[in-house]
Order: sequence, then C-alpha cells, then structure tokens
Amino acid sequence: MTTTVTGGRGGTDVSALPPSPQPPGATPPAAPSSEPVRPAGRSGLGRVGRPLGVGVVGLWLSVMVLLPLAALTVTSFEDGWGGFWEAVTAPVALASLRVTIVAAVVVALVNAVMGTLIAWVLVRDDFPGKRIVNALIDLPFALPTIVASIVLLSLYGPNSPVGIHLNATQPGLVLALAFVTLPFVVRSVQPVLIEADREVEEASASLGASSWTTFRRVVLPTLTPAIISGTGLAFARAIGEYGSVVLIGGNIPRETQVASQYIQQQIEIDRPVNAAAVSVALLAIAFATLAVLRWYAGRGLRREEDSA
Amino acid sequence: MTTTTPARLGLRTVALGYLVLLVAVPIALILWRSFEPGVGAFVESVRTPAALAALNLSLLIVAIVVPLNVVFGVGTALALVRGRFPGKGLLQAVVDLPFAVSPIVVGVALILLWGSGGWFGGVEGLGLQVIFGLPGMVIATLFVTLPFVVREVEPVLHEIGTEQEQAASTLGASSWQTFWRITLPAIRWGLTYGVVLTIARALGEFGAVIMVSSGFPGVSQTLTLLVHSRYIDDHNAYGAYAAATLLMGLAVATLLGMTLLDRKRSTR
Repeated sequence: MTTTVTGGRGGTDVSALPPSPQPPGATPPAAPSSEPVRPAGRSGLGRVGRPLGVGVVGLWLSVMVLLPLAALTVTSFEDGWGGFWEAVTAPVALASLRVTIVAAVVVALVNAVMGTLIAWVLVRDDFPGKRIVNALIDLPFALPTIVASIVLLSLYGPNSPVGIHLNATQPGLVLALAFVTLPFVVRSVQPVLIEADREVEEASASLGASSWTTFRRVVLPTLTPAIISGTGLAFARAIGEYGSVVLIGGNIPRETQVASQYIQQQIEIDRPVNAAAVSVALLAIAFATLAVLRWYAGRGLRREEDSA
Repeated sequence: MTTTTPARLGLRTVALGYLVLLVAVPIALILWRSFEPGVGAFVESVRTPAALAALNLSLLIVAIVVPLNVVFGVGTALALVRGRFPGKGLLQAVVDLPFAVSPIVVGVALILLWGSGGWFGGVEGLGLQVIFGLPGMVIATLFVTLPFVVREVEPVLHEIGTEQEQAASTLGASSWQTFWRITLPAIRWGLTYGVVLTIARALGEFGAVIMVSSGFPGVSQTLTLLVHSRYIDDHNAYGAYAAATLLMGLAVATLLGMTLLDRKRSTR
C-alpha cells in the first residue's frame, strides 16, 4: 500500500535497501489501467495454470501476511473495545507511544532540513570525494539495525572516546533514528533536484532576487512534494523502529522506552493483549501516515495532469 | 540557483559535518575497534563455536527463504501483472503491507498466530514447534522479505509485455516452455536484484527474529542476535564489535553487488 506510489520505502528494518531510487510520486513503470487491452487468452501462465496460480498466491499471502495480522487484531480486542482502550491508555503504554511519536516527529523534521541540504550539496556542489559521500548515504539502509545500534554506541556510548554519553537518553534515541532514516529524504529529493529546470532559477537571479529568495520562491516549491514524501516515510519508519534503539535507547519507561520496546516487554511478561493493542495502535499510525502520503502523491499527479 | 562561494562552502560544511558525525566516524571507529587488537583477535572472535553456529543459522534461514520468495514472488508478480481477477487491488495492497509493519509487531503477530494458545497453536501438539524454533524464524524472515522479489519483478513484466510469450505459444510452446524460455530470461536481472535485497534483509533482520527465537547461543541465535547477546548478556563489547563488523562486511558486499547489478540492468 505504499511503495508503488512513493518510490521506495525500502523496508522497515535492517538492510532495507530502497528497491530503486525512483523519484517520489513517480508512477510505477506502467499503470495497470494504461495497459493495452490484450486478448484474455494464453500469456505467461497457461489458461489452466492461471486460476490455480492466483489461488496459490492468494493462499500464500493470506497465511504469511494476513492471518498473523488478523490474529493480532482479534487478540487486541479480546477483552472488547474497553479492554483495548485500557491497554493502549495504560500510563506506561501511553508514555511509550508519546516518546515514540515525539522522537519520530523530531527525526522527521531533522531529516526534512538536513536531507534537503545534503541532496542539494550532492547535486549542485562539487568537491573531491563526492562519489564516496554519495555512496555513504545508502549505508544506513544496508546495515542491519542492530549494527547501527552498536556503531553509534561505540562513539556516543559509555566507552565514548570523545566523552559524549548519549546512552539511554532521548537525544540518543533521536540519533539512532536519524541514522536509520538518513536516506529517505536525500534519495527522494536528489532526483527531483537533478531534473529541476535551472533556467528558471537563473531568470529569478537575473531579475535581482537574492539566492535565499530564489531558493524559497523557486527551488523549494519544486522540491516540496519530494521533501514531504521522504519526511513521511522517515516518520513511518521511525515509529516502528526497534533494532537501532534497543541498545542505545536504554528502555527506561516513560523516558526513553519506545512503543516497540514496550510491546516486546509485554510479551515477555506474558501480557499478549496489551502487546497486541499497542501493536494495533502503532500499525494504525503507520497506515494513516502512508495513506496520507498516498493521497498527497495522487493529488500532485492529478494536478500535473490537469496543468499538462 | 547561483550561490556565493562562502554560502556554498557553508552548506557543504554543514552537510558533510552531519554525515561525518552521524555515519562516517561511528563506522570508522567500530572498524578500528574491531581490528585494533589485530586481525588474529578478530578472526578468533568470529570463529568461536557460538559465532560459527550463528553464521550457519543465518545462512540456513537465507537458504530456505530465498527459494520460497523466488517461487511465490514470481508467481505473485505474474498474477498481479498478467492476471485479471476480482480482488487484485487487495492483493497489491497485501504485498506492500510488510513494509509498513514494525518488526516487533511482526513478531507479536506471529506469536499470536503460531504460538501455543494461538490460532494455529495446535501444530505444536503435532510436534512442530514454530515459535521458539527454526520455522518461526523462517516465517518471520519471509514476512519481512516478501515484497522484494515481487516489487522488483513486477515492473520488468510490465515492460516486456506479452508479445513474445504469445508468439511462443502460437508456435506451439507449452506454458512451461514459454515461462522457462521467454519469461524467465527476460526477468532475470530484476529477479536477481530482488534476491539480493532478500538476502541482505534476511541476514540483517533483528526485531522480528528476536521475538520468535529462543535465543540460545549456538542453537537458535542468528548473527544479529549474537551481536545483541554478546553486548547485553555477555558484556563482551569486543565480541559484539567483531560480529557487527562481520555483518557490516556482508552488507557492504551486498551494496556493491547491487551497484554492479544496477549497471547491468541499465545497459541491458
């Protein structure tokens, strides 16, 4: 429900390498509706094989994906709507959701600014070693999240050689999330910036606009859809993150415990209904974010079509 | 946009400074810490019985997950591109679903489905321990890697169309022959790319796997679980750094492989 519209949400964890650095809002290579109508006869799978194939695929996806999520949802409402509400609004659960959302918002904003800035430098600036820097951007997607945790701890943890201790603090949490979400905005803004029409910028400058005005009035509006899409994906990734925060976050209830850590703890102390309820809340936030992004990308496309 | 030199240098400094502090220095530091006591110590640390068992388990999971993802991924992509059936839109949405689900939530969902007391908890009575066993870790990895092959093969199938396949079947090829001789060669690079993504993610998955693993060293620890348990349970920071460096090496190799594949795909 996300990738086709937004380019590449990479994945929720570890080596979530973005499938291909498509610009955000790019349509998949061919929308099903634009397919030429072909005879419904034999193609790909044979006439007999096809319904069977669809059935097998449907069954596979149901058992692998839908049934686990259905079991999760049903369990979360095992004690009725009241039980669900009670589990989600238990003080520690609510605190973990708050910590998660606040950290994810902060990280998304940091990404919006720094990601755009990095993309700009990578596209418009020139310096020795630029290709290496460009390759560095993908590293956080390629690294397993637990490695991200260890890597950050070695510099900002208890054995820090520079004396910075962010272990078990909220800034440490933000740092870990910033690390794993680094590529989202950079990789969605970069292609748009490469394609951007520089003549308009030059025209604006020759008409006497300062570079800040040119950026604000000419460049930024072109980039906004890409920035919003990348920021949204970073936010969605950050709220579910576990591996990268598990070592550096500290798991202190009401302070640095994020929702995924709370869920894990509830499973450990055998409170599956609580775990399921907070899981469903987390899923709902992720789905809502992605639905808004999808709607936004669709709106942008429709506008483009209208103006074309 | 014309920028003055000081402004450009300023922006460059901020961008590079951010990347250096967030990515470059931490990674350089962990490499340095892994190899500072000498390459011998590093090799020794990643060759302990527990570490070797973890590497084997990770590779075993990859070996089970990749073929399943190839078969069902290509099948799903074919169904999505070529098929006409009610509920296709739903199928599209389900394929992307794993990307939106937190790894921990994946683990919880699987426990509630397959664990004792879950919907399919009965399988434990039949002697098949899913949760806290190998099947659970495989299923968790399948869940998180499910979209990769589908999403890489799907656009290629769109692009190649069906003309060649139709020609082949007009000339009397069976649907299997058409698939093996026409469709599969055409999608091979997309498929390979999807497989590489699957391997990378399968080796690196942590959250979903830790939820469904019993986590015994030497038995049910993957490489990522080994990093975690060495740091947390054994207070063996060096061992954790070394295992993390090993994982990082695998990840960088994957990244390089993908860059090469990308070139191959674009020159195709």
